[in-house]
Amino acid sequence: MSAERITHALVRDVDLAPFRATGTGPLVLGLVTLDNGEGFTKPNTLGPAGMAELRSAVAGLIERATRGEIQAIGVTGKPFHFAAGADLKGAATIKTEADALGIARAGHDAYRLLLDAPVPTFAFVGGVALGGGMELALSCSYRTVISSVRNLGLPEVALGLIPGWGGTYLAPGVVGIEKALEVIVANPLRNNKQLTGPAAAELGLMDVVLEPADFLAESLRWATAVLTGAVEVTRPAPVPAERWVATVEAARAQVDARLHGAAPAAYEALDLLTLSAQRDREASFAAEDAALARLLISPEFKASMHAFELTTSRAKRPVGAPPAEQARPVRSVGIAGAGLMASQLALLFARRMKAPVIMRDLDDARVERGLGFVSAEVDKLKAQGRIGDDEANRITSLVTGTTDLADLAGRDLVIEAVFEELDIKKQVFAELEQVISPETILATNTSALSVTAMAADLQHPERVVGLHFFNPVAQMPLVEVVRAAATDDAAYATAFAVAKACGKSAIAVADRPGFVVNRLLVRLLGEVLGSLEDGTAVETADAALRPLGLPMGPFQLLQLVGPAVAKHVLDTLRDNLGERYPTSPGLDRMVDDGAPFVTFEGRPNAGSPVDPSIASYFGSRSGHAQTDDELLARVRDALAEEVRLMMEEKVVTDTADIDLAMILGAGWPFHLGGITPYLQRTGAL
Amino acid sequence: MPLLGRDVVLVDAVRSPFGRAKADGLYAHTRADDIAVAVVRDLLRRNPDLPPEHIGDVGIAATSQVGDQGLTLGRTVGMLAGLPRQVPGFAIDRMCAGAMTATTLLACQIAVGALDAAIAGGVEHMGAHPLGQGMEPNPRFISERLVSPDALVMGATAENLHDRYPALTRDRADAFGAASQAKYAAALAAGKITPDLVPVAVADPERGWGLATADEPPRPGTTVEGMAGLATPFRDGGRVTAATSSPLTDGATAALLTSADLAAELGLTPKLRLVSYAYSGVEPEVMGVGPVPATRKALEIAGLDIADIGMFEINEAFAVQVLAFLDAFGIADDDPRVNPYGGAIAVGHPLAASGVRLMLQLARQLAERPDVRYGLTTMCVGLGQGGTVIWENPHYGKEAQQ
Repeated sequence: MSAERITHALVRDVDLAPFRATGTGPLVLGLVTLDNGEGFTKPNTLGPAGMAELRSAVAGLIERATRGEIQAIGVTGKPFHFAAGADLKGAATIKTEADALGIARAGHDAYRLLLDAPVPTFAFVGGVALGGGMELALSCSYRTVISSVRNLGLPEVALGLIPGWGGTYLAPGVVGIEKALEVIVANPLRNNKQLTGPAAAELGLMDVVLEPADFLAESLRWATAVLTGAVEVTRPAPVPAERWVATVEAARAQVDARLHGAAPAAYEALDLLTLSAQRDREASFAAEDAALARLLISPEFKASMHAFELTTSRAKRPVGAPPAEQARPVRSVGIAGAGLMASQLALLFARRMKAPVIMRDLDDARVERGLGFVSAEVDKLKAQGRIGDDEANRITSLVTGTTDLADLAGRDLVIEAVFEELDIKKQVFAELEQVISPETILATNTSALSVTAMAADLQHPERVVGLHFFNPVAQMPLVEVVRAAATDDAAYATAFAVAKACGKSAIAVADRPGFVVNRLLVRLLGEVLGSLEDGTAVETADAALRPLGLPMGPFQLLQLVGPAVAKHVLDTLRDNLGERYPTSPGLDRMVDDGAPFVTFEGRPNAGSPVDPSIASYFGSRSGHAQTDDELLARVRDALAEEVRLMMEEKVVTDTADIDLAMILGAGWPFHLGGITPYLQRTGAL
Repeated sequence: MPLLGRDVVLVDAVRSPFGRAKADGLYAHTRADDIAVAVVRDLLRRNPDLPPEHIGDVGIAATSQVGDQGLTLGRTVGMLAGLPRQVPGFAIDRMCAGAMTATTLLACQIAVGALDAAIAGGVEHMGAHPLGQGMEPNPRFISERLVSPDALVMGATAENLHDRYPALTRDRADAFGAASQAKYAAALAAGKITPDLVPVAVADPERGWGLATADEPPRPGTTVEGMAGLATPFRDGGRVTAATSSPLTDGATAALLTSADLAAELGLTPKLRLVSYAYSGVEPEVMGVGPVPATRKALEIAGLDIADIGMFEINEAFAVQVLAFLDAFGIADDDPRVNPYGGAIAVGHPLAASGVRLMLQLARQLAERPDVRYGLTTMCVGLGQGGTVIWENPHYGKEAQQ
């Protein structure tokens, strides 16, 4: 177990008299500062020792308040950080329900002191306040918040927990049940959305927003105004219990449509929010204790912590990347192709790397279409307020087009994004080698072809790398960085540097078909299609994978990728990896007919309903029609087999990279830990 | 001949509580620029009738313009304080007279019509930036005997003053030092100090956040008897002691200056009207006499005599240097017109910030004394300079203000 980085609770008296406009007599606030002594970078977290310090600090102040020595109690953090919540690293090592219960109760015991304090209590939220940190603030009578903070919220559900230090009771009391549901359930499930200071005040979580320049001094001034009656704070009246419960039930239906029961945390939170309609604090706290104790030792929480660690730590330091000093500078980029992928890449390089980018395609019309895409996207970004005029002008001026391959000469990096056929890509590389210098990095955005084969006939195969960006490029945070047989360290390091400069997380992968994400996704889709060919009902296949809680079902995903592209990748992987990527005559005919898997308008999404009539395309093999459970087991076993093979083939050095890739590249949920923790716990791996 | 141009007024001025420049001092863990920001914000908060867009420039002084006192303080402090982006800013340095120089320079700009309003101030975190640290004096100063080696040691220049004017004895200096502490304590008790202080939140990794609301350097209860045994750190057998020197100090000040016209237009109440100012050089070895020629020059420009000045705020870098000034103008050591709230010996001297502290104290005194028409603020400056500003009391001839 890692030693707790203790957040100390430092206590100092603050005389509020200088802020008082009227009145006499002592006006002293006992101020608790939470500070783990780690400067501005490492957030305050509350482990057992830190919580004990906080509790005894508050207890001491309450004693003094009782004696009349102080007239108010305040809690604040160090600069930029209030408290980021419980010490999750410590919590993740909990083994027994009894120990878990101890963590839950320790928080309640400390915060209860504030809730029952004999004098007004204030939280001065001058920085990050998440989870148990937010609950600490909610345990005070009043809250000020700094306008600059961007990380406020109760994200526990995203990590497989519930706000178990009073959040499910306190938040609805402060902001009402509807907004509490948003903060406790909806935001964590919405990619763990967090709140800014002004947004939290808008919701009513905070009472007043103050500017950063003199936040604490002005917080103390505001507290003085509250204490002297110059400022009054009002809270929403609670809605009747019946309406309260109905509101929670409506939210439950939405959660169910999304999770289908896949992970327990959101449901536990909903149950607690139902209970909190009774406004019985101790009953709510006891129920929080019990729920937290269950969840802290749940496999979903362990998997979530694994995922959290991967996305916050490993994603920033790719394992397998050569030292960054070996990277060559990339000051300009050429792109072979001006299609949709090429145009998205052009926008990304121009926007993030601030490098001049030239796209080359065969004729003017294609080039114009590519440039038109970039400028249309820039206009959209501008309209959304995400970039200003200057940046828009910069991006559009950086991106140019040409039909002459020779115009790609002199570029530090040339990436191809042409049609996904090995021969075409080889030809493009061969032509490029005629005009570019031997030092130029040649990259391919292929998703499934062999980079080694692509480089095979070149004079300088050592500068060829794979940079597999995902679609849509602007949104997807992952790049698979592919090392081919001849790739040298300089080229490989440069590829990682480019991914980083583009603001993406990178994982190092070997040059094996489909790399990680597509190999597993297509394997999953292949199993579902294979099962349909075996005679499994469409409705069964549609529902069978719901216990995984994936961001979308297999048919929605097939439609999003496009049946034709799916078929192409499936065929390619079959050619390279074998028959476990099955033929699907049904898919082939659907592609021929242009038939969709789901009913949708515009773009298919997780909620697009499957078209039951597609059943008519499948059933080519008189196999064994499967039940939900059988198909789920089949998919699990298939994924486990593929993971084993990938490890044998050394596609990655550690299954952690497979998990990270599935989280960032496919949006697979934290509660699966990516995928391997889930496969292990279900015995498939 | 009097100054030309438009009338310029000091509308308001505030300062941070001053802290001792030491490892466990008030501001040991607070950045200099953050102290200045707190002061500028409070100055604006106290003057809501002045739209911040009217501020034409921000001049902030510091003697050591490095680290958190570097990077063009007037601009960075303005931005950090949330001034509108169109408000420009600059940094300025005349060692101890930094804030005074910012004030007179910006006043000139207002007088000629280049600006209508400005913020002038100073900050010095002597705990983080001891005077002279990192400086590289040109070797010619010594080789050509341009200055004696001890001209750069301020305490040594104070000893030199005792040498030059034998009438300035240690006894007189000790008495003056004790009086400074006593006058400050009385002023504090009478509520004359705190109203000009900006409460500053101070981070402290060992004690937690606190709020600076009072000056830390003063040593109330200091007696002449208690001073007798003090060491003379600048010279064996010397006369200058810790009790007759200003302590090393952290702190910041800021003043709001406008044209008299703008003040009238916006309904701002001027606290001081600028009459004249002057700076003058003296021998660096006796820099403490700088206020004497500077004051003569300022009086001449104003067309006034020393007898016209009803209130003096003299920076007490050292007791002996104030005494030299008083002797030069025939003023008694305990003249009640001189530093009635005590001075830097008690409250501290955050070098470049002190000029505005003199002004805000003078303003408070003149508000209570409508019978006094003119006051002056003056200070000595390292490397042999003095600066003096003569102010007119806008309340002259009106009812006393409380």
